[in-house]
Amino acid sequence: MKTFLQKSYRWVDDRVQLDNLVHFMGKKYVPVHRHSIWYYFGGVSLFLFIIQVVTGIMLLLYYKSGEDAAFESIQYLMSKVEFGWLIRSVHSWAANLFILAAMIHMFSVFFEKAYRRPREITWVTGMLMFFLALGFGFSGYLLPWNELAFFATKVGTDIAGVVPVVGKPLLVFLRGGEEVTGATLSRFFGFHVAVFPGIFTVLLGIHLVLVQRQGISEPLGISHEHGKELKTMPFFPNFLLRDLLLWLLVLNIIAILAVFFPWELGKKADAFASAPAGIKPEWYFMFMFQTLKYIPAKVIFIDGEILGIMFFGVAGLLWLIVPFWDKASARGKQNRLLNYIGLFVVFYIILFTIIGWLA
Amino acid sequence: MNNNALSQPERSKRDFLKILFSGGLIALVGSVLYPIFAYLKPPKQSEVEVSSVKVGKLKDIENESGQIIKFGSKPVILIRTTQGDLRAFSATCTHLDCTVQYRKDMGMIWCACHNGKYDLTGRNVSGPPPRPLTEFRVVVQGEDVFVSKTS
Ligand code: FES
Repeated sequence: MKTFLQKSYRWVDDRVQLDNLVHFMGKKYVPVHRHSIWYYFGGVSLFLFIIQVVTGIMLLLYYKSGEDAAFESIQYLMSKVEFGWLIRSVHSWAANLFILAAMIHMFSVFFEKAYRRPREITWVTGMLMFFLALGFGFSGYLLPWNELAFFATKVGTDIAGVVPVVGKPLLVFLRGGEEVTGATLSRFFGFHVAVFPGIFTVLLGIHLVLVQRQGISEPLGISHEHGKELKTMPFFPNFLLRDLLLWLLVLNIIAILAVFFPWELGKKADAFASAPAGIKPEWYFMFMFQTLKYIPAKVIFIDGEILGIMFFGVAGLLWLIVPFWDKASARGKQNRLLNYIGLFVVFYIILFTIIGWLA
Repeated sequence: MNNNALSQPERSKRDFLKILFSGGLIALVGSVLYPIFAYLKPPKQSEVEVSSVKVGKLKDIENESGQIIKFGSKPVILIRTTQGDLRAFSATCTHLDCTVQYRKDMGMIWCACHNGKYDLTGRNVSGPPPRPLTEFRVVVQGEDVFVSKTS
């Protein structure tokens, strides 16, 4: 047996020079300090993304797009196909956990200033993936063609339509017409299963290669805290094994959620039905939504809605390019102001999400 | 190579080539992008203009009720008040496009999406909706009830 494994390894090694890679991995170290726990959320996000790809492809085997088929095909999947309910439930739950894990990953990178030179590109690709993840969430939500999804899409695309100048063409582009119809469904389906995954995979590739090449960042201040050499842990196999253990844990959490809180299908969308009571956006859009509610209809002479959207647009952009304007961190100095901004954003999101949930 | 080192005719030749190439490049990109963007824009649907819709018999519409009717591709809400008056409005909320409903308990038109409220004349009275609902005309001909556009 051993010789067989060795032989196979030799065979592959001869052709693709595996030794280099093994050597490279062996040299990689993960810093160990009191904030090390945050290093795991990137890996968790990756794991959840893999789950999404696998379950997504499985769902594709039964899903039918189209106004007359989408809802029915999922009904069929959930009632007739063995474990269909489970696969769909896992896909939905893992989607939510994915966004959560990516958020945690993003904020921990933010607070540890791990985006600073030379890791700007890593941060930007990560942020773009995060925006895409929201796009995945929004487009995927419509695919079952149920009542909630229908109105969520109406509201979401209408908000896009408020943006000055590009709004109207954007709305028509997203909806595939003036209204949310089967054409919208086809578009969202295309985005969700082809356009977004394609772009995402490229970004993910760049992101991971950069992490490998540049190694793992040490948080500012930690390295010089005690004036001595920083403790590290080999990436392979020590860190990787811990990673895998955590993945197993996450898998169990998903299984529990999927089995005990299976994802509802609800009622089929009907363009001639009133919006149902208690309609809410997904939790990750909630804080933006709740904010829009508090902005008065008119601020001086600008529409409140436009103001809110512009505000989030600008905030998102500043967040995306933070490595380029946070000069202090780039020089290796602590940037307290940025920490306060980050904390404010975290509390803001949590607070408004809770308020929105209770409302 | 340095531009200054070139003689006059060589320099203008180079400038000419530069313009030719960059112009060609722009034309190429344009001719590739234009069809793509044009393709992504959905074609204009020629909609059948609906100007009037028959809702049903007057006796079937209860007092204190509201129902959504199909007006072409758009929903319209038909309301019958306590006094028996008939009124119709566009059922698309002026806030963010949700479809409104009649709430008997409130005696109002209500939008579930963000708790927008309109009174029974279609005026936006509370919540986020910025404008009143567009009114439609209700015509009773004998037994039949019709809804039509106002203009
Ligand atoms: S869409 Fe009706 S209140 Fe917002």
